[in-house]
Amino acid sequence: MRYIEPHAHMVSRTTEDYERMALAGCEAVCEPAFWAGYDRCSADGFHDYFSQLTRHEPRRAARFGLKHFCWLGLNSKEAEDLSLAEEVLALLPEFLGQPNVLGIGEIGLNKNSRNELRVLEMQVDFAARHHQLILVHTPHLEDKWKGTRLILDVLKNDRRLRPERILIDHVEEHTVGMVLDSGMWAGMTLYPETKCTSARAIDMLETYGREKLWMNSACDWGVSDPLAVPRAALEMRKRGHPPGAIERVLFDNPKRFLRQSGKFTL
Amino acid sequence: MTRQQLLDLYFLDARHRLIELAAFLDRLERAQGPADYRLKSFRAALVGLAGSKKNKTKTTLLAFSDVSTRPVTTAATQWATGAPPPKVPLPRRRARRLRK
Repeated sequence: MRYIEPHAHMVSRTTEDYERMALAGCEAVCEPAFWAGYDRCSADGFHDYFSQLTRHEPRRAARFGLKHFCWLGLNSKEAEDLSLAEEVLALLPEFLGQPNVLGIGEIGLNKNSRNELRVLEMQVDFAARHHQLILVHTPHLEDKWKGTRLILDVLKNDRRLRPERILIDHVEEHTVGMVLDSGMWAGMTLYPETKCTSARAIDMLETYGREKLWMNSACDWGVSDPLAVPRAALEMRKRGHPPGAIERVLFDNPKRFLRQSGKFTL
Repeated sequence: MTRQQLLDLYFLDARHRLIELAAFLDRLERAQGPADYRLKSFRAALVGLAGSKKNKTKTTLLAFSDVSTRPVTTAATQWATGAPPPKVPLPRRRARRLRK
């Protein structure tokens, strides 16, 4: 079985994880810019990070025949400081032309604060002006429902954006409906404790249809599983989904969305 | 899949998780001292599991959600605790409407 890992934070993973993913049938890994587990001291830290995502990680992945793509932006956990946000945004044009940059992400909200919302609007405006795809992080746990609503309001109010070029990630049963109703894509994250299990992700596929849904592991520096997507494929087989349907969700869907960037090729 | 097939696939796992949940509640009962707002949300979510109403997952997630709609002034913390802290208003009528 072949699959695409559309959301993995490989800078936090070992080289052996790349090998295991390749052995499991992974053909491409997409890495959104995110929070490192601590706040960076200055925009210089982001410059180094964006260099790592655009230059170093593609080489590490290529050792195992894996294509590596990335998304750039300021994550919502570090978006409370507006002046830092402006400095980080000013870095983006330098990296946007790199061949593995798919768009702006993961941007979004964390605690649903006014400054987070302002930074989201700034980054959405940047994406619209530069005709970029958008990958959106939705908040964790108790903040997800409210944050998803606020995010959708921002995106729907910008007439320059086309919903089919936006993916809202980390949906769960209380947010997936509102995202798909908006015409945007939805990502289901297979992550222990805070997000979604394979069984629940497949429940959502069976309930909402597989047209605009994908699954990802979002594996990072936390307790997480870089093989969560192939494990979900196994769960789909147990539930009687035919191989063709599994490949449509785990390979064709991410490919269909990401190809809109003009850079995603396998 | 049929109900029977789903039982064959998931019953033991669900039974295991339910017993773990019961043990967690017993542990809380045996323990001393006050509990914070999360226990209240937990008990509210448990009520939603009984009966034959549909969309129990959505109802449970909403029981653990901040259902207000205005942004907060500042992010006082970067972390989520899994249930809305008491300062977050939970308009009952709105929450009831959402669960339908």
